[in-house]
Amino acid sequence: MTGYLIKNGRVIDPANKIDEVLDILISGDKIEKVGKSLSAGKCKVIDASGKIVGPGLVDMHTHLREPGREDKETVASGTRAAIKGGFTSVACMANTEPEALDNPGIIKRLNDIIKKDALANVFVVGAITMGRAGKKLADFKALKKAGAIGLSDDGSSVDDARLMSEALTAAKKEGLLVIGHCEDKSISDNGVINHGFISTKMGLRGIPGEAEYKRVGRDIELAKKAKAAIHIAHVSCKESVDIIRKAKKAGVAVSAETAPHYFSLTEDCCVTYDTNMKMNPPLRAKEDVEAIKKALKDATIDAIATDHAPHTDSEKDVEFDFAPFGIIGLETALSLAVMELVEKKVLSWSELFMRMSAAPAKLLGIDRGDLKKGSAADIVIIDPGKEYTYTKDLVASRSKNSPFINWKLKGKVSHILVGGKLVMADGIILESK
Amino acid sequence: MSKHFVWTKKDLLGLEYLSKEEIEFILYTAASFKEVTTRQIKKVPALRGKTVVNLFYEPSTRTRTSFELAAKRLSADVINIAVEASSVKKGETLIDTGRNIEALKIDIIVVRHGCSGAPNILSRAVKASVVNAGDGWHEHPTQALLDMFTLKEKLGKIEGLNVSIIGDIAHSRVARSNIWGLTKLGAKVTVCAPTLLIPEGIEKMGVRATNDLDTALKGADAINVLRMQFERDAALAFPSKLEYFKQYGITNERLKKCKKDIVVMHPGPINRGIEMSSEVADGQNSVILEQVTNGIAVRMAVLYLVAHARPAGVKGEEKTS
Repeated sequence: MTGYLIKNGRVIDPANKIDEVLDILISGDKIEKVGKSLSAGKCKVIDASGKIVGPGLVDMHTHLREPGREDKETVASGTRAAIKGGFTSVACMANTEPEALDNPGIIKRLNDIIKKDALANVFVVGAITMGRAGKKLADFKALKKAGAIGLSDDGSSVDDARLMSEALTAAKKEGLLVIGHCEDKSISDNGVINHGFISTKMGLRGIPGEAEYKRVGRDIELAKKAKAAIHIAHVSCKESVDIIRKAKKAGVAVSAETAPHYFSLTEDCCVTYDTNMKMNPPLRAKEDVEAIKKALKDATIDAIATDHAPHTDSEKDVEFDFAPFGIIGLETALSLAVMELVEKKVLSWSELFMRMSAAPAKLLGIDRGDLKKGSAADIVIIDPGKEYTYTKDLVASRSKNSPFINWKLKGKVSHILVGGKLVMADGIILESK
Repeated sequence: MSKHFVWTKKDLLGLEYLSKEEIEFILYTAASFKEVTTRQIKKVPALRGKTVVNLFYEPSTRTRTSFELAAKRLSADVINIAVEASSVKKGETLIDTGRNIEALKIDIIVVRHGCSGAPNILSRAVKASVVNAGDGWHEHPTQALLDMFTLKEKLGKIEGLNVSIIGDIAHSRVARSNIWGLTKLGAKVTVCAPTLLIPEGIEKMGVRATNDLDTALKGADAINVLRMQFERDAALAFPSKLEYFKQYGITNERLKKCKKDIVVMHPGPINRGIEMSSEVADGQNSVILEQVTNGIAVRMAVLYLVAHARPAGVKGEEKTS
């Protein structure tokens, strides 16, 4: 077996402005050729008629929890979830416990696990500060040497503005993207859901939009001064969108991501005190959802990232105030994007692959997200009309904390190739690594 | 209100979740139980053989005692479980505790909890009835029901009344339950507090909000004065007790400017000299002690109804299995 020929699929490759029915020939771990009526030769043929064929999705915001919290997720289970959701690459966040990804030693250990267990490509995001405590910068040069491709204290913001400014300058020197978790904790206080009528009615502490957008504004200011790039994680509110749009127009090197729940759900979903509706930033109001969709359309928000945050049942099955923030998202992101964005004509398929593959790959500086000759053969084949019910026993992630359990979803991954290797066929993962 | 109303809810989680008719039916049922509490022998066999567990995660004497007496006057067996706040996080989870209690073959869990929504979460985990005895800042439905029962007794109706709720609205479950209940029954509700104690979007619950006490008192048929919890969040918004009394305390001078028969309520315990003067608390407009008495009748009605809930759509006598 020398390779695969993916035949008659609608090939979508926004990086090369392709959207037509074509064949893709894969040889070894690379794309050999994209064209019409290619001959299979000795290759195995995958019939993609009626299906969408695109570059494998890239999630720039995943929490794999390993090493340390293997009860929540592992590299093996997390990348399995990624494959099920169409992601061939994920960037894992630095907030592992008890030890953060703030030194080369732990990144080396993680890389060994990745080599052994990962079904998808895993790229490592290192911490900005030691222990993500916001006091002392990590050694960016050493983190980069160990393989880190970006920097984030995700889960916490770097409160100290001077330290953040130094981080932006130092990261620029190393060519590492800084990913800002924008939250002013003096404003979010101990809030648990969006601040407004719903928090009032439910008697819960609110988190106002200010907690996010004031920090978005600050981080953009700092990046502008440092002439460095900043990427804003999980944008949830309309004011943040406005600030980012304005900064982009002014030429600041700012990019942004949002997560599927911020365009699929609103704060109203919290009213039953379902702790799977609790995330940070919180689900916002309807007008915020509309602003997020608009921002995805005009590319103010560059990327859709999952913020896949596994927590065990025993951590989530408690009082709303006590439950940890976050939901899993790798397996549902694509379907939600198909349903909320493509079907509702917010994004074209090409724009969808831009936000979920090409753009995040480019932001992270990884050689992925396109289908040109010679590129890594990371490919997803999607059955766009396929409907299914996402039940708890279907969840591949080790944690089951999804608000979309028992939702009827549309758009399902049928085949995945990672580096030319067929990892999923007809919706079934072929083997564990 | 018809006797033939069919009660279908196994839980009482809040007045937000009840219809006007359901609230009226509880008040109607409570009236007949109030008669029981005036008898020589204050007991009926309505819940004989049933077990009620008072599961209290917050210290409470009056609400727990009221529920306990209500259950006993219905001939139920009652168990009180007090869970120390400090052990909530490290100990057994709420759901595990609920399921363990249920395994003792009990019928009703009356729960008081510091976290909003705890009764909602508990009710999904157990088949037993769950009655909310106050959760966080969310709801305290039996308190609002007894307030409305008292109002109806005093003024003959709820519909069309002007009722003002005065005090720390932001952190008050009593306020929220009263707002839901009163507006559903057609009262016009005003909430009155310093700005920081009026929560965002409260008007969407169908009330008028004001910072000015005189505005709230003008034309009011009844006022419900909340306890100011200076030991908690209220302190940040209004640091001085004396200043609060000056601006928001209910005094005889202020009552003189009100309707003559204005009904003065308070959920207790009263901070005399902070939210109202002693003359007002003990004066002729005050119904504070009647509220306490009515609390038992209302809680008897709630326990009785949830214990006899029929699934929606099922008519006729309840089948015992």
